[in-house]
Amino acid sequence: MTDPCEKRSGGVDHGVRAHLGVDRGAFSLDVDLDVAPGRVTALLGPNGAGKSTALRALAGLVPLTTGRIDLRGHVVDDPAARRFVATEVRRVGMVFQDYLLFPHLDLLDNVAFGLRARGTARAAARATAHDWLERVGLAHLSTSRPSAISGGQAQRVALARALATEPDVLLLDEPLAALDAGTRLLIRSDLRHHLADYDGCTVLVTHDPLDAMVLADDLVVVEDGRVVQRGAPADVARAPRTEYVARLVGLNLYRGRSDGATVRLDDGGVVSTAERRDGPVFVAFAPSAVTLHQVRPDGSARNVWPGRVVGMEHHGDTVRVRLGSEPPVLADVTAAAVADLGLGADSEVWAAVKATEIRSYPA
Amino acid sequence: MPGVLVLPAVLALAFLLLPLLALLVRTPWRSLPSQLLSPEVGQALRLSLVCASLATLICLVLGVPLAWLLARATFPGRRLLRALVTVPLVLPPVVGGVSLLLLLGRRGLLGQQLDLLFGVTLPFTTAAVVIAEAFVALPFLVIAVEGALRGADRRFEDAAATLGASRWTIFRRVTVPLIAPGITAGAVLCFARALGEFGATITFAGNFPGVTRTMPLSVYLALETNPEAAIVLSLVLLAVSVLVLASLRDRWVSGTST
Repeated sequence: MTDPCEKRSGGVDHGVRAHLGVDRGAFSLDVDLDVAPGRVTALLGPNGAGKSTALRALAGLVPLTTGRIDLRGHVVDDPAARRFVATEVRRVGMVFQDYLLFPHLDLLDNVAFGLRARGTARAAARATAHDWLERVGLAHLSTSRPSAISGGQAQRVALARALATEPDVLLLDEPLAALDAGTRLLIRSDLRHHLADYDGCTVLVTHDPLDAMVLADDLVVVEDGRVVQRGAPADVARAPRTEYVARLVGLNLYRGRSDGATVRLDDGGVVSTAERRDGPVFVAFAPSAVTLHQVRPDGSARNVWPGRVVGMEHHGDTVRVRLGSEPPVLADVTAAAVADLGLGADSEVWAAVKATEIRSYPA
Repeated sequence: MPGVLVLPAVLALAFLLLPLLALLVRTPWRSLPSQLLSPEVGQALRLSLVCASLATLICLVLGVPLAWLLARATFPGRRLLRALVTVPLVLPPVVGGVSLLLLLGRRGLLGQQLDLLFGVTLPFTTAAVVIAEAFVALPFLVIAVEGALRGADRRFEDAAATLGASRWTIFRRVTVPLIAPGITAGAVLCFARALGEFGATITFAGNFPGVTRTMPLSVYLALETNPEAAIVLSLVLLAVSVLVLASLRDRWVSGTST
């Protein structure tokens, strides 16, 4: 593939550099994005935050009111310079929330559509499409119609269709939102692998913090059309800057290797899970699932860690306690519990989490 | 159930169905085959089918783009244009025939030029039948296709654009296949309307056997001279109408269930 910094026809390839300003009466979007080739940036925020509008602007489906979009060295939208490059000319691939596979075409022709539209001969386009269906494990369904396949399969076809045209930039709009919980697990780790293989820039929009943390290298949290925090997922989770971010991404998330119901974490510590799984995994639990105790609890909780309080933040009625335990843990407790436990900086406490509160995902 | 509603409803039903029943009752079933095979009926039927098919084709070629324009483009006066398109729908067909004559007749606004420059005279030819039928039937197609376009999920077109498809490719490979049920329904309605056309045809195209005498014209004429033939011709038109209705039902069912 091309060297990321190679001089392209439009200019130097810095990946995606965008200042997205879209004005729509009551709603306005103002988001900066900077995505290097090979990296995945997640736009995380609640519904109506403007994430999808940002994605549509990158794709050229919504024109900018102000700002500028530079996709891999091509300026594709710059209202001040009266420049706007139409969607079909931008080299973007997009996976839509409900996939939008063409219902009148079989899976092979769906995946071949972009190649055909860009002028590839029919036979060659279909051969490439077949390779892509094979890569996502659906070659045996190439003559099926989209109405005959499951949501998880549709997601994989949509990804294959977007990637088959070898886009410079891949845009994913809530790629997992339409799936049920079980399918999500599999597709999420699938998607992770495909994104790792893809050397273009990826922008992912999601309202699910877990998707963002598992899939993205960089996180941009958007609220009401504005960026409220950005950084590496782990950093954002560890040090949320607003109450909203704390609630949204406040998640204890670790990577490790699972052996049955025991997960050895890459950064130290052991977590017991209720689900049995083998191989690399992510494990996650909510801060609200953590209970704190002055002495080692002898209840049913399988995960018990001693630790020292390294930080406390008030978020509304709850207090988020950061423990320097192994692994480090975020716990949400009530203000009353803080008083009862006499918690303060450097207090020694025990954190406990039931194995059933812990979710594990194949990495 | 309130009788005050049921009684008129039953009356309405009788009013709609009894005339058709009368047609069936009075049909000379025994002489039907020979009547159907008579050259006059065959000639009128063939002319009707050819003209209605050509009119439908013209309506498709011109009407689908017009429907697209009305559904997708934004320009000043779009609502007025939309209203104008539907005028032939409510216009008495005989007025349509007179208007066509004034435009395309030998002394008409355009007809005069056609005659002078190319030596072409349209009125009272088979071409005039097709034009009259297309004029009356076009709004049916435009309205059906415009409705289908408005109901179609435009995000499929967005998806196609992100895959590099031009506007024309999107129209051809995504939009048209997606609204195919609507286009078919419109074409069938259009064909049925063209097949039954009487007023505009007789005004603009006249009534010459084998040239402009379509089925409805034959029915009207036969009623004076050969009532049995009129009944047979009517029966054929009724059969075609029922076929149209049946095919539409299927289309609409499949159109909404997918």
